[in-house]
Amino acid sequence: MKRRSFVKTAAAVGTVLPVSLNGMGLKTFEDSPLLRALSRRGSPDGKVLVIINLSGGNDGLNTLIPIDQYSNLSKARSNILLPEEKVLAMNGTTKTGLHTKLTGLKELYNNGLVNVIQSVGYPNPSFSHFQATDNWMSGSETSEAWTTGWMGRYLDGRFPGFPTGYPTTAMPDPLAIQIGNLVNLTFMGAEMNMAMAITDPNSFYNLITDTIDKTPDTPAGHELAFLRMVAQQSNQYATVIKAAAAKGKNMSTKYPVGGTGRRFQLADSLKIVAKLISGGLKTPVYMVSMGGFDTHSLQVDNNDHSEGSHASLMQQLSEAISAFQDDIKLLGLQDRIVGMTFSEFGRRVMSNGSVGTDHGAAAPMFVFGSAVQSGIIGANPTIASTVTEKDNVPMQYDFRQVYASVLKDWFELSTADVKIAMGGKDFNTLPIFKANQSSIEDYVDLVSQISLNRIYPNPAVNETNIEYSTEAGNIRISIYDALGRLIAVPKEGWHSHGSYTVNVDLKGFQRGNYYIQMAQGEKRITAAFLIQ
Amino acid sequence: MSSRNKFFRSFLGENPVFGKPISPQQPPNAGTNTQHQGNQSKNLTRRTNTGITPYVGAFGKPELLHLLRRSLFGVKMADISTFTGKTLEQTVDALLTVSSTLPNPPLNDYGNTNNDPNVIYGQTWINAPYDAALNNFREKSLKRWFWDLMANQSTDLQAKMVLFWHNHFAIQFLEIPLASASYVYSKLLFTHALGNVKTLTRAITIDPAMLFYLNGRLNTKRAPDENYARELQELFAIGKGTNSNYTEDDVKAMARVLTGWSINILTNPASTGFVASNHDTNDKQFSSFYGNAIIKGQTGIDAGNKELDDLLSMIFKTEESAAFLCRKLYTYFVYYEIDDTVEAKVIQPLAKVFRESGYDIKTVLKILLMSEHFFDNWNRACVIKDPITQQGGLCRQMELAFPVTTDYAQMYKMFQMGVDYGSLTQMVIGDPPNVSGWPAWYQKPVFNRSWINNDTLPKRNLFSDSLLVYGQKVGTAKVYVDPWIVTKKFSAPGTADTLIADAIEFLLPMALSTKQIASLKEILLPGAIPDYNWSDEYLSATDVSDPNHTKSLNTATIKLRSLYKSIMNLAEYQLS
Repeated sequence: MKRRSFVKTAAAVGTVLPVSLNGMGLKTFEDSPLLRALSRRGSPDGKVLVIINLSGGNDGLNTLIPIDQYSNLSKARSNILLPEEKVLAMNGTTKTGLHTKLTGLKELYNNGLVNVIQSVGYPNPSFSHFQATDNWMSGSETSEAWTTGWMGRYLDGRFPGFPTGYPTTAMPDPLAIQIGNLVNLTFMGAEMNMAMAITDPNSFYNLITDTIDKTPDTPAGHELAFLRMVAQQSNQYATVIKAAAAKGKNMSTKYPVGGTGRRFQLADSLKIVAKLISGGLKTPVYMVSMGGFDTHSLQVDNNDHSEGSHASLMQQLSEAISAFQDDIKLLGLQDRIVGMTFSEFGRRVMSNGSVGTDHGAAAPMFVFGSAVQSGIIGANPTIASTVTEKDNVPMQYDFRQVYASVLKDWFELSTADVKIAMGGKDFNTLPIFKANQSSIEDYVDLVSQISLNRIYPNPAVNETNIEYSTEAGNIRISIYDALGRLIAVPKEGWHSHGSYTVNVDLKGFQRGNYYIQMAQGEKRITAAFLIQ
Repeated sequence: MSSRNKFFRSFLGENPVFGKPISPQQPPNAGTNTQHQGNQSKNLTRRTNTGITPYVGAFGKPELLHLLRRSLFGVKMADISTFTGKTLEQTVDALLTVSSTLPNPPLNDYGNTNNDPNVIYGQTWINAPYDAALNNFREKSLKRWFWDLMANQSTDLQAKMVLFWHNHFAIQFLEIPLASASYVYSKLLFTHALGNVKTLTRAITIDPAMLFYLNGRLNTKRAPDENYARELQELFAIGKGTNSNYTEDDVKAMARVLTGWSINILTNPASTGFVASNHDTNDKQFSSFYGNAIIKGQTGIDAGNKELDDLLSMIFKTEESAAFLCRKLYTYFVYYEIDDTVEAKVIQPLAKVFRESGYDIKTVLKILLMSEHFFDNWNRACVIKDPITQQGGLCRQMELAFPVTTDYAQMYKMFQMGVDYGSLTQMVIGDPPNVSGWPAWYQKPVFNRSWINNDTLPKRNLFSDSLLVYGQKVGTAKVYVDPWIVTKKFSAPGTADTLIADAIEFLLPMALSTKQIASLKEILLPGAIPDYNWSDEYLSATDVSDPNHTKSLNTATIKLRSLYKSIMNLAEYQLS
């Protein structure tokens, strides 16, 4: 393993949260298939999606805490684990809680405005930032190398020929806006990126106030100033963005103020988004970004695990989302906007020796807004009693199911259009939005409907038996290895009500922890076992 | 009347409707960006006092790059290595040394769809008889060929000077009814690009295309046409500087000197003729500006030649002639603002050497390009690239592949890509807006800012965006820059900071702010993840045996494309 080794703590020491002076840039995704679809459908509702990218790989286990796994968690990550009494309770469950600093998010959840999807990932996860980010932005898998993004494909299909002829009377505004200087594969169409860039928030404020950064009093400086001014004016959407900024406003007093840098990165970005939407911009998709989640070392304060770098990130995330949601409520926009977080991966179950966590697999996603079904989809991840440094949270849901749900249930696309945007693949939707045909109630307390009763022997050597019970329905039993890879599907098919046992041949399996996932429809429960 | 006869009539001047042509492509938005107060005004609070004294400071990489950027349309990595370790003089001497072999002529790139009975597809049409139906195709072929010779220039000053002279002795191919005549004109520019200005001016004066363009063919003793005589002074040799005092009578006298020249359309290509009976054989009196010179009237078939020699001797004897040409060279190679100090410390001493050299272009360029003034920090990075430099230069920098193929139509379509973007950004090679050339090099006070407006700047970015990221449609193919060609030549492309620093140094004429650099780094390493992530990706992307190679190559390629695109989208990239 010469590269991309899973444990890079040595290299990471001393590089905790390197300060980025400019984490943000503003890009407008002009026309995208998504946007076109919206305008073609008339979309009088003016629905908006705000994608929040938590860049670097967020530690899901330190964000959404599986309280019922605490004893095993305390063995796996004692040097970083949040004290159980500091976990924030969530309405309606005692099994799952939120990080101490997610007070704003907790409040939103308790007010019925947050949908949480447990353990979101994909079958063969990549542990490389870049590949994983590409996977998430393109909607592809590790074995694929796609050059178009999930939004880009959607927008492409809806608006063939873009950008010729745009802006139009029907769609005078950017089709999407990105704040952050990421390579925005998300919005890459077959022909071109749907994004038009304004580099950063500073550029945004320069644009709306007609100012430019100072240049030296030399011939080169003077020519540069001239070029920058024209460049700023040349943004084809400058006029509409300026008009929206002038007309729009922010009403919440909850935004953190008075600073620059990462502390304010996300909140500042979301503040711009709210202002533009309130100013009447028809742009339906925004993407904002927040970095610093690559917490290989010192992610918590040694003396107080509820403080430290990851806690700061949680606080910033929570403050930003909370202020934004408050703002759009005060602005009367809350029924038009939903937000969705994603990160390229979660982090390893076991913490490392540097008081941090290395690249992992599945992690929770949050979708917020008045349009969501409040609650938690899926079960807590199962933490094995003895984890190794390799162990990961296996996926329960594919991230593309979340995307498909957004397209179908929020943007009201047909199943066929959703499939196009998903690169020709079918993904079942989840009860994230109120518009979904299923109720999240069906996903709560699944043990009464499906259960993994016993795995024996455990630890196993050459074989094991899985004993399970179910209501009548289609059942799928899957086995994931510690890396989160789908290894085997020992049982799949129709079951009538009852209890069953399936024998699994483990010969050829490497030693280590494995995870069994039982699914009925989109309901998921998991259990762990060990091969010795 | 057959189309052939129509052409003859037009070329011979029975229908003298072609005056000084008006540009079909005046910039629609030039100079409209004045409502903003920033320090983009041109009222510099300081100035420089350096002159043409030889530069004796360090000739390091920044100086080499500055020299190459101003001498070439785009600097390749190989150009840098060629001259690294050489002295300034060795470098300038090498840049001034051009091949005596002229470029291969333009080819028939249209024969696959439009048969030319006289020219085989893929062969040159320059000596073929006029063909009214095909002339337009030939003219397009010529412009494509010309663009290619700029974008794919050799590492010397020839191409840059060809463009200088094309702008200086401007004609518009679209006004010349015979593409082969426009080719002959173009060939003259290549022949004399770094030669003697008097010799070039002489050749241009009686060049068939110029005789057509500025009505020299219509200038007879019975009906003198002053058009060329006026432009020869105003635009080509004397200018309208404060010390330019030629008179209207001088224009008239000069027109009489130049009577009798004609175009011989029976040759292929057309050639210069002289009709002695159309020549004014009287003596021509000039004003005190020309020292009250009299050009003695000559007779016979050689009269035109003799009087032209006398005329050019008289013109180039004036001090203003050399100063005028030096100002134009200065504007082209250094900066457009010529204040009193620059006039005194650069223009006048340079003009003196120019005159003393008998108007040898190499002599004056060598002094200018080796001067302390040229290397003065004050004068670096302040030239806004013309479209050929921005677009052709990008292709050259990034080593875009221009395949040589027997699919001539497709090969020339690659060159047409450059012509098209030139058109979008207000510079079609072969078709300057009018006889004054492009406003960038003469129009006060905007000068080369006239290239940039709300319409052209996004199109410049579209060119780089297309070639770097989206792909540029060329015929049926989609053309991309391969970002790896340049990347692999950088010092340590697997190290993000070094890669970015190398790319900035290579692509931009000035340093970037810490904030800008951080923003570029965000492309390679989003979310402040540690640098080794890029190193890993680079290793995997460049190692075919790596299990993640395919995916890493895809990822790294996207990042490199985005990095270079972002650098090229910076305002700094428009500067040289």
